[in-house]
Amino acid sequence: MMEVGLYHFLFLGAILFGLGLFALISRRNAILVLMGIELILNACNINLIAFSRYGGLGVDGQVISIFVIILAVAEAAVALGIILNLYNNFSTVDVDEIDSMKE
Amino acid sequence: MDLLITLSIAVLLIPVFSFVVLIFFGKRLPRQGDWFGTGLLFINLLLSIYIFYAFVINHNQSFTFDWFNLGPSSKFSAGIVIDHLSAMMLVIVNLISALVHLFSVKYMEGDTKYSRYFAFLGLFTFSMLGIVLTNNLLLMYVFWELVGVSSYLLIGFWYEKKAPQEAAKKAFIVNRVGDVGFFTGIMIVFTFLGTFQFTDIFAGVEAGKLSGAWLTAAGILLFCGAVGKSAQFPLHVWLPDAMEGPTPVSALIHAATMVAAGVYMVARIFVLFSADALTVIAYTGALTAFIAATVAITQNDIKKVLAYSTVSQLGYMIMALGISAYSYAMFHLMTHAFFKACLFLGAGSVIYGMHHEQDIQNMGGLRKKMPITYLTFLISTIAISGVPFTSGFLSKDSILAASLAFAHNNGGINYIIPITAFGVAGLTAFYMFRLVILTFFGNPRNQEKYDHCQESPWQMTFPLILLSVLSVFFFYSFNPINAESGWVMEVIKQPEQILKGTVGKLTQILPLEELKESFHHAHYSAMFLSLLLSGFGILMAYTFYYWKKINADKVAEKIKPLYKFSLNKWYFDELYDKTVIAFTMIFAKFLRWFDNTIVDGVVNGSAYITKITSFFSGKFDNFVVDTIVNLAGAIAAVFGWFFRKLQTGKIQTYIAFLIFGMLILYFVFKVII
Repeated sequence: MMEVGLYHFLFLGAILFGLGLFALISRRNAILVLMGIELILNACNINLIAFSRYGGLGVDGQVISIFVIILAVAEAAVALGIILNLYNNFSTVDVDEIDSMKE
Repeated sequence: MDLLITLSIAVLLIPVFSFVVLIFFGKRLPRQGDWFGTGLLFINLLLSIYIFYAFVINHNQSFTFDWFNLGPSSKFSAGIVIDHLSAMMLVIVNLISALVHLFSVKYMEGDTKYSRYFAFLGLFTFSMLGIVLTNNLLLMYVFWELVGVSSYLLIGFWYEKKAPQEAAKKAFIVNRVGDVGFFTGIMIVFTFLGTFQFTDIFAGVEAGKLSGAWLTAAGILLFCGAVGKSAQFPLHVWLPDAMEGPTPVSALIHAATMVAAGVYMVARIFVLFSADALTVIAYTGALTAFIAATVAITQNDIKKVLAYSTVSQLGYMIMALGISAYSYAMFHLMTHAFFKACLFLGAGSVIYGMHHEQDIQNMGGLRKKMPITYLTFLISTIAISGVPFTSGFLSKDSILAASLAFAHNNGGINYIIPITAFGVAGLTAFYMFRLVILTFFGNPRNQEKYDHCQESPWQMTFPLILLSVLSVFFFYSFNPINAESGWVMEVIKQPEQILKGTVGKLTQILPLEELKESFHHAHYSAMFLSLLLSGFGILMAYTFYYWKKINADKVAEKIKPLYKFSLNKWYFDELYDKTVIAFTMIFAKFLRWFDNTIVDGVVNGSAYITKITSFFSGKFDNFVVDTIVNLAGAIAAVFGWFFRKLQTGKIQTYIAFLIFGMLILYFVFKVII
């Protein structure tokens, strides 16, 4: 019976990060892109907790992850506001359509 | 600086003050500033008389200051000198100038350029006084040219008309010819002696730094300046034409002052002339006197006669200087200035009275209409003809005596000079009386003009009276037949020549005592001869024109070639037209051809070469440089086209690139580290 250790958690975090990144790059809906970002943040959180438990990070890892969660909330609020504005300006939340940086 | 110097600087500057004020504010002054200028000149006259008086007591004064430096060896100083020459000339110039100002008040009345006329008179007086007062050649040359300019302005005063324009140009250009010689002479003197100051020049010549042929050349070249200004042969042609100027101007410039400048200059540098140079001067003077006298006989314009008589008398002065009769030359300059100014102003009065009629063939009988003008004109004519008890007799007789003594001392061919001089004396008497008789005696030949004629106002007669009074002998010497004991000879002492008979065979450069003795010796025979000849001249004039015993026209018909020759002024103008001017024109044409063909050819050729070069340069630019530039542009465009694809404007692409880049960096660093 294999014991669950640090590498399992890191592997889980890596998968989660990869999924988040995939969502971030491939999704067209801005909301889904946002969700990809949330996944990346949470992958990061898992890593932090894992290091807190198995690495030498101690309680600091947990504290930082709580900060990250709080920041994620704030970020979600701001990002949703931005998406709302995008919708107001472009009448869509499809990020492929929003390429005014090109010009 | 003592009082005398201060005063003479004031005398120099007052006319230029008059000029500046009149030229800028003349139109705003009351009566256009005529009395302003005239008043200033009369103040100037008083000052110069005082200077002359003070000079007689104090003797020579000079004042020098540094003018400018060109390196350590070329220091230029300017300054003024008061000696017998300048003191005398100050009075003459100022007196004539003041009287001419006064005369012009009436004569020029109503002219459109009235105030400018007086301004020019001031400028001229200033320049002339500059020549008189300066103590070095360079400054004299500056004033010399200023005199040229102001005489140009005055001769061409009525520049709306063609003839004054031409005359002014002619006077200016002919003078330039002489000035080239003058300037070359100055340069020779400066090259050898390194100074322009008269006293230093004389000291240098005495020290032998400039001698022999160079000294003679310098003397003759300096004399060239006088040939131009004093209207000597062969540059005398400008003076008769200069009569196109207003008549008072002729009196001022062409009788008393400007033309005397040449004589004055020769006298100023008299001591440095070598015997050879003096011989050239003497013969030039004699020839001029003769030519002018023969021309004056046949002229019909009242001013032309006077002009030629002026040339002739200037010839006398120059000749007198050439035969070392220095004091007599200056004496004749003074007396001639007065009576000739009187004659010219008299002519002006006649012309004014006759409403600008100058031809004596239209005059006659004016004696009754213009008594004052007639009387003063007659007195001056008597003076110029050399009748005893006049100033002209004193001065001219001295010169004739000197010429006789000169021939006696040198013998041989030199008898030409006294023969010419005596001949001219007779001719002078003849043509002057011809002028008087034709103008004032007999019956009016143009009744209409005669009826409208009247005596001139006091502004014009006062100068006439004053000047004719000055033609009487006792102003100069109490002995009516010999000036030797008079004050003039006391004041104008002949300076000793620097080269005492060392150069040349001629004996102009005798020791002073010997020279004086020989002059004195010749005096009585000269007087006798000159009286005879003048008397004969006057008699002939009466027979021809008053008693009409001989018909002048018939005589003229008989000697037609000679008459024509004289009437046409020895064809000098035609000669110059055919030779000098024609040559100049051909030369100018050649130069024009040279300009058009060679110079323009070179210019056009270089333009053509430039055109060819620029054609190739243009091709190079178009094909080589542009290709390189375009290539660079194209490369940039290709890269741009490529990288443009990466700029999608979508965040997600950027993130993908970011991750891609990070991965590359990761592997790169992994390999390196």
